[in-house]
Parts: sequence; structure tokens; C-alpha cells
Amino acid sequence: MGTTTTLTAPVAKTYDWLSALREQGLEKLATLSWPGPKTEHWLHTPISKALAELPELSAELNSETVAALGQIGGLDAIRLVFVDGRFQSDLSTGRSGYAGQLSILSQLETSAQEQLEHRLNTTFERALNKDQHIGAWQNLSLLSDGLVIRVAADSQIDKPIHVVLVATPNSRSEQQATRIICDLERGAKACLIEHQVVLPGGQGSFSNQLTEIELEEGAVLDHYRLGLEGQSAVSLSAAHCALGAHARYQGFTLALGGRCQRHDLVVHHLHGGSHCELKGLYLPCDTEHVDVHSCIEHRLPNCTSNEVFRGIMAGKSTAVFNGRIHIHQDAQKTLAELSNRNLLLSPDAEVYTKPELEIYADDVRCAHGATVAQIDELALYYMQSRGISRIDAELMLSFGFINELVEKIELEPLAQFLKPVLQSLFTRAAAAQENPS
Amino acid sequence: MLSIKNLHAKIDDKQIINGLNLEIGPGEVHAIMGPNGAGKSTLSYIISGRDGYEVTAGEIALQGESLLDKEADERARAGVFLAFQYPIEIPGVTNMEFMKAAHDAHRKERGEQPLDSISFMKLAREKCKEVNLDPDFLKRGVNDGFSGGEKKRNELLQMMILEPKLVILDETDSGLDIDALQVVADGVNAQRNPDRSFIVITHYQRLLDYIVPDYVHVFSKGRIVRSGGKELAKELEQTGYGWISE
Repeated sequence: MGTTTTLTAPVAKTYDWLSALREQGLEKLATLSWPGPKTEHWLHTPISKALAELPELSAELNSETVAALGQIGGLDAIRLVFVDGRFQSDLSTGRSGYAGQLSILSQLETSAQEQLEHRLNTTFERALNKDQHIGAWQNLSLLSDGLVIRVAADSQIDKPIHVVLVATPNSRSEQQATRIICDLERGAKACLIEHQVVLPGGQGSFSNQLTEIELEEGAVLDHYRLGLEGQSAVSLSAAHCALGAHARYQGFTLALGGRCQRHDLVVHHLHGGSHCELKGLYLPCDTEHVDVHSCIEHRLPNCTSNEVFRGIMAGKSTAVFNGRIHIHQDAQKTLAELSNRNLLLSPDAEVYTKPELEIYADDVRCAHGATVAQIDELALYYMQSRGISRIDAELMLSFGFINELVEKIELEPLAQFLKPVLQSLFTRAAAAQENPS
Repeated sequence: MLSIKNLHAKIDDKQIINGLNLEIGPGEVHAIMGPNGAGKSTLSYIISGRDGYEVTAGEIALQGESLLDKEADERARAGVFLAFQYPIEIPGVTNMEFMKAAHDAHRKERGEQPLDSISFMKLAREKCKEVNLDPDFLKRGVNDGFSGGEKKRNELLQMMILEPKLVILDETDSGLDIDALQVVADGVNAQRNPDRSFIVITHYQRLLDYIVPDYVHVFSKGRIVRSGGKELAKELEQTGYGWISE
């Protein structure tokens, strides 16, 4: 059995209608224990320890600092800022004109609250493995605010929705959680960017973010998750998607690592003909830890999944990748592919990768592969033989390893924003490699 | 240009080069021929500075300066260029980035500013034309999915951009059909000049019909067992390498 970590109830209960939900969440959480090292889905991620050892820090961030966080140059988007789980209307821009499509949990009218209560409380229960997804229960127990995206049939939100999530050091003592609900009706389209930002000075923080997505027939969602919360952060995040017939979910996940960073990705193909595209990168450095668990449930025929994750581990960092594809008996003609490639930059870095295929249908095509490699000495030699120094060659090869995925990001300003972020990350990793402290 | 004196080298305790002596003057083309396993490719790795080869005795100097204490990239910047028998594929790094990084490094070595991207692109495109390679190849990953001939032309392209003093062509003819061989040989011949020397490593005399050497050396068991002019290559085509062991 796992060890139990005591959770403090949220201090501030500003939004009354959520408090009943929080209590239900706490009750459910109380029946579970935080996973220890013997819980399969948390084998390599000591979450209990990380939660118990959240750094004791407290600092006020002024609004100017926060306003500057998470800016993506050239991105024409609806910008919604949440600080320590609470919506900041003065820092948010571009929401007017989308009132029917975007609403903030804490600002809902009573009738809308009632409608949503059941959804918040129960939808994510669908086939949730309680041990694995304990973070979702914690999210309910700490729920402070969130965003509801609703797009009516055959319409779209014409700009990306850029949700900037800031966790200050205060999040340590006053734990809050945010929820994003994204429901796209038949044929609707939207683009969602969840952007967990790093704080200046790399201060410690805690965050729990859960996104629940329902795509009806033919709906299309582009979903970017940027986990840039920084070295000292403890974070739990998850995206749970349910796909209707011919719906299309295109996800890109970036996890830069943190003190302990866990991301769960769950996709349910609930009707025929849906497609999901899961792409992602995890890039921990120093002593960071990152864990990505994905699970794709194929329940009905003719659905397709394509999952590509790459990781680069530097310093003494650890990464975990678990990619499960579950093909139920009725899910004939499924096409599912999973590729996970890992690059270890240092002899002290570790990765635990586990692709899992569980297939009960006989007429399906599935492929999965996982590789772990060090940087290719032959490629290094080739580059050096052209006059490129070893350190520059390592940087180019590391960047090249993930650049294929960055290049495929369709939202050009986002790709341009990420490139220098990733470059500086590898420069830091390479410098640490050259001059180990 | 290049001076190799009494070179002995080993890899994993296996002695591969056994007392090699070779003097190459500026502008000269030397062919090195010999049977499989003679150590021909090893010699190219040792000159270019690949890790894992241990020089146990002797000396290699380029224009009077020892290469042995230099890393592979330093040797390249000093003017050594190895055209690989099997050029390495590097998906994710574009040909253009790769060549620009190499060109920048060479310029930095000479105390010059790197070319701006547009000027470099112009240079690379011009050189592409000379080796009959579609400039679209500049946008692709380094050698990624290139055919054998395209890879060799890409090697040639890098040589033209970096303008080395010493070029080693390691089995450049392998995997090429006659037409591709002609293109590559024409490219090499166009690069011959009084300040640039070549070592052409090959099994077959065929390549030497296109790239005519000044000297031919027969390599066996890690050293030169016979040297001569270009006519030696023709003779070897008749006699084979069987006589060496006698």
C-alpha cells in the first residue's frame, strides 16, 4: 500500500458554489491514499514525497510581472490569465465577443452552475483508474476556478484560446486547482493553448490543472499544453478527451520538467471514425523529474490514433513515459501507432519507457516502438569532421532530435516562441555537461 | 602539404597501421589502393581524428603542424576534409543549418565574421548548381533519405563550401553508377588546384580513369608496399593484389 499524505483543505473558499464540490472531492480523496513506490502507475514518480516537501516560499508578484508572463509574440489570441487557480479579469484580454462561448467558473450564474455541477463532479469518472488519476480527485477537492468553452454546432472560435496559468510561491500554502471544460458540438472547431508559465527567479510552486474535452461528431480541437512551470515546481496536470464519431483531437504536449511534473493524457474513442494525434516532448535537465502517462481507449471500429513522444534527458534528470493503447473487442479496423524515442545526454540521466498494447479485436493494425539511445557518436564525428565543435554538434543533434516535432506545429507564432525556449534549454544542459558542478 | 612519418596505430589492441610513411606535396593527387582490410579507410579516420584510434608511434603533420594532438573539429578547421564512404544521415538537422554551422566555424577560426544567412544561402545554391544537386536538398535533413549518388554529391558540396587544403576521398566510387561517378569526378577535378592535395582511396582502377592521380600507392597490412605513377593502377587491374602476400 502507498503512504498517505495529509492534504490541507483549501484556505480560501471565495466561490461558494464550488465549495460543495470541493467537499465531495475531499471525501473521495479521503478514500484513496497517495500512491507510493509500489503503485504501478506511479512506480517511478514519488508524488507523495514531492507534495510533502513543497518548498516553503512566499512572495508577492506584482501585476506588471504577471502581465508580462506567458506572452507569445505575434499570436493573435484570446488571453485568459489564472493566478494561483483564480481568474484575473484585469490581466485577460480579448474575451468580449465570445461571452456565449467562453465562461469563467467563478462568474457563472446560478442556473449555469447547476447545469455544470454534475458535469464537474462526474464526467471524468468515466473509466478513470482511481489510483492512476488521483490527481483528478485532488483537482476536485481543490477546485478554485476554471474555464468553460462551449462551441455550438458548425461554428468555431476564430482565435486561439490562450490560457496562461501562473502558480506563485503562495500556491504552496494555499493549494488551488483549475479546471478547463471544452465541449465542441457537432462540426465545431477550436484551438486551445494551456500555458503553465515559469516564474522569474525559478521559485517553487504547486499546481493542479485538469482539462476535460468532449468532441461531438466531426468536431476538431487543436490542443497545446505547454508545461513550462520551472525547476522548482510540483505539478499535476491531465487532459481527458472523449471523441464522438469522426471527431479529431490534435494534441501537442511539452513538459520541460520540474521538481516533480506529472501529466496524464486519456483519450476515449467512443464512436466510429474518430482520430487522435498525440505529439509531445519531455525535456528534463539537472535533477528534474517528468512523468507522462497516456492512455488511448479504442471502443468502437474504424478509429485511428497516432502518438509520437520524444524525450531528452540531461544531467541527473529522470523521465517516465507510459503509453497505453487499449483496443476493445468491438474496435475492429483500428489503426493505432505509438512511437517513443528517448535520448540520454548524460550517464546519470534516466528514462523509464513502457509502451503497452492491449488488443482484444482481431482485425486491427497496431504498431509501437520505444527506443532509448545516447547521442550518436558517428553523427558527432561526422559533424566534427566538418569543423563543428563537439559541444555545438551535440546541441544541433539534440535540437534536431525534437525539431521534427516542433516544425510540425501548425500555429506558426507558437513554433517561433518555442524554438528559442528549447535552444536555451539545450545550451544550459550542454554547459552543465561541460562543467559539472 | 601532408607528411606522415613512421605511423603506427591500433584500435582495441589490434595493430592496424604499421610504420606508414607518406609525403604529399601541394596540389598532388595520391591514390591509395589495396585489398579489403588493408587499413585504407582506417588511415582516413586517423588523419581526420576519429575517436577510438590510438596512434602509438609516428607523426602526422599538415603544413608542418602536427595534427595528432588536435580534435577532429580542429583538424577540419586546419584544412582536413574527409569525404565519407557512407555519409551519415542526420534527420532533424537541415543540410543548410549543418553547412552554415561548419562554414561559420571555419570563418571563426580565421578570425572572420560568419556570413549572414542570405549570403550563405546564395553561396550554397551556387555550389549546388556546380554539383548538379537540386537546391531543395538544402532544406532536407542532412543526407536524410538521399540516394547513394546524392549523398556523394552532398559530400562534394560540403568540400566546395569549406575549401579544404587536404581532401581525402574514401571509396567515393562505391555505390555510384557510371553517370554519377562522372559527375562526382568532374566536381573533384574542378577542385584540383596547386594549393589543394588529394588522397583518393579506392579498390578499383575505374575511379582513377576519371580522377587521374600523380602517384599510386599499394597498401597492405597497414603500410605502403609499393608506390608508382598512374600506370601502377592499370598494372594492378591486370595482376590483382595476390602478389602482395608472396
